[in-house]
Amino acid sequence: MSVPSWLEERVRYRGVEAFLRHKEVPRHRFDFTYYTGGITFFLFLVQVLTGLLLLMYYRPTADAAFESVRFIMSKVRFGWLVRDIHIWSANLMILAVSVHLAATFFGKAYRRPREVTWLTGVVLLILTLTFGFTGYLLPWNTLAYFATKVGTEIAGDIPLVGRAILVLLRGGEEVTEATLSRFFGIHVAILPALTTLLLGAHLLLVQVHGMSRPIDVPSTEGEPFYPQFILRDVLVWVILLGGVALLATLMPWDLGEKADPLLSAPAGLKPEWYFLFMYQALRMLPARLLGLEGEKLGVLAFMLAGAALLFVPFLDVWSKREQRHRLFTVAGVAALLFVVAMTILGLRGTL
Amino acid sequence: MDRWRLLRWTLAAAAAGLLFLAFPRGAAAAPQPDSCTACHQNLEGRLSAPVARMRDDIHAKRGLSCASCHGGAPARPGMDAMDRKAGFVGRPSLQQIPQLCARCHSRPEVIRRYNPRLPTDQLARYVTSVHGQKLRAGDTQVATCTSCHGVHPVRAVGDAQSPVFATNVPATCARCHADPERMKRYGIATTQFAQYKDSVHGQALLEHGNRQAPACNDCHDNHGAVPPGVASVANVCAQCHSATRDLFVRSPHKEAFDVLGQGECTTCHGTHDIAFPTDAMIGDSKPALCVQCHPAGSAGLATAGGIRARLEGVKNAISGADALLARAARAGMDVSETKLDLDEARTQLIIARAGTHAASLAAVEPPARAGVAAAGRARSAGDAAIAELAFRRRGLGLALLVIGFVAVTLWLKLRELEPRRRT
Repeated sequence: MSVPSWLEERVRYRGVEAFLRHKEVPRHRFDFTYYTGGITFFLFLVQVLTGLLLLMYYRPTADAAFESVRFIMSKVRFGWLVRDIHIWSANLMILAVSVHLAATFFGKAYRRPREVTWLTGVVLLILTLTFGFTGYLLPWNTLAYFATKVGTEIAGDIPLVGRAILVLLRGGEEVTEATLSRFFGIHVAILPALTTLLLGAHLLLVQVHGMSRPIDVPSTEGEPFYPQFILRDVLVWVILLGGVALLATLMPWDLGEKADPLLSAPAGLKPEWYFLFMYQALRMLPARLLGLEGEKLGVLAFMLAGAALLFVPFLDVWSKREQRHRLFTVAGVAALLFVVAMTILGLRGTL
Repeated sequence: MDRWRLLRWTLAAAAAGLLFLAFPRGAAAAPQPDSCTACHQNLEGRLSAPVARMRDDIHAKRGLSCASCHGGAPARPGMDAMDRKAGFVGRPSLQQIPQLCARCHSRPEVIRRYNPRLPTDQLARYVTSVHGQKLRAGDTQVATCTSCHGVHPVRAVGDAQSPVFATNVPATCARCHADPERMKRYGIATTQFAQYKDSVHGQALLEHGNRQAPACNDCHDNHGAVPPGVASVANVCAQCHSATRDLFVRSPHKEAFDVLGQGECTTCHGTHDIAFPTDAMIGDSKPALCVQCHPAGSAGLATAGGIRARLEGVKNAISGADALLARAARAGMDVSETKLDLDEARTQLIIARAGTHAASLAAVEPPARAGVAAAGRARSAGDAAIAELAFRRRGLGLALLVIGFVAVTLWLKLRELEPRRRT
């Protein structure tokens, strides 16, 4: 009995192979956006692999976390490479998932029957950002400590439940070893488990429904998913791997100074670039707005915007009829401009 | 009508209640009458000024009154309070002031009630000071307690507005000592304050606010102020610089300076104009100070040259390693642990510099050698970091070659598949 026959008898893979061979990916002028999902997936795999390697040396205590990261960087063979690839690919993953979301939004790929795919995607975006937020604290350096302090304070501004969320996140009133301990747990256990489940569902749904063709975009022909599209995906991944290796080697991430809770926050403290738009917008709000605390109102507005984003497939009733309504395009462009403008202002440190 | 009566009684009771609540229970005791304040606050000019200013006076804050210094009977009304029979002294003369303050400040049993840590030897020291001796000799131009501490108000020494707060002391002394007119009769220089301001001590205290740095009183004493004199100047400096004094007293300079009657530290470092010491001060050629006494070709000058060479050796080793580590750090290499060696080298350099006070190679050589060794370790680590950096870049190049090869292979495979798709 040949090996394929032996395998077929046991795992029935030929059905999947036939499905993939028959599956076609639409070709059109925007088909490059299909790679954004694959790029995100690839970077997630890099994260898992490098994260597992870092886990072998990382110690999640206030006394040892910083030293263990320094040990990884200076004493572990290729430890510096693993750490830098982990950080660079984390940042690129957040960028990729954001571009993927924008491409999906403007292509209206969330329309029937892909509403659940969109829901899982938005939740995956939130999980990715949470990965970034929790991972940032783990080296226990000054910037991470104070950024987490500010970040959890913002979470504390959520109306009604903010205080409870702040205490839950920090494991107490202040950012302490308890915070580090639970951020570590969330980063290496809870988030990977949730992400794997949702990512599985997301990929399964993408396979079931196939790639969505944007509304109003004519598609002349299709391309076989296997092997052409997969090979193209892998080609992009290989180039991306080279890019990450280049960044990790030539632009390594500085570890900074060990966190000292007794010191005052460093001047010009900013969150990571992917939270900067939110931070900048909240800073620019007046102390009192519409009779409420400005920052709390801002946090509420961001939560409502997040909810609107999540339920876009159900709000955009025109997309079900294969119609592109200007309201959603304008809202999307406005949101994009807002995020970009606030990020630039935040980077320049302008109030 | 009954209703009105009831209302009046209720209001009266409420008013009584409010009055009762408004006054704290302790206030039931009537305050002591003080006719000094009562009258002087209504007067004008210099007669009323002390009343307002006494709010900041440490004595007033501790419950003392005008009569505590000026005497008299403040319980009596009007001018009757200034009764000489009741001990009224009015404005004390300059000669009276030290004794007047000492009525309390030389009595531990009084002072400990207010501030047990406050010394009570001020008068005893003052009478030994140049100020005190001249005052006793009838000189009324000299400083007494109020000249420095002020009067109306006398602020606590720890009060930043006090003329004797650490950072204010040099300016307070300079009020007289930088006044050529005032100092002319004593025949002493008036440049001390100007020199001190530019000195290492003056800059630390006056510009950087470092209250550990000495002001005038730390070397000259405050209440017992005298010039330290040649014999005791090293002991004065040794209050802070004890390690260098210990090295100096073992050096050949000690005996030589004693014989020549030169000030121990001041011969090289100066007095009020002490500059930040540099390595250029030592050596076998100008601008080194050694050449001022040691002739060319002497053993002393050879030792000075040897000491300088050791110091320069450590400095060069440190700067070389520092530059290398900075280069590695700029390239993203983690060299933070290596900096411990560099810190060790810098510590050894400080020890070697202190060793120069022994004026012997034996005191400088061991720390200089340890410093060069520590800097060498840092340099080796820096070299290793640079080598690792080169290895990483070579590795990156190799990885990119492999990645490029795989990418090209995939691209060729895709091109191969492309016609099939078209057909």
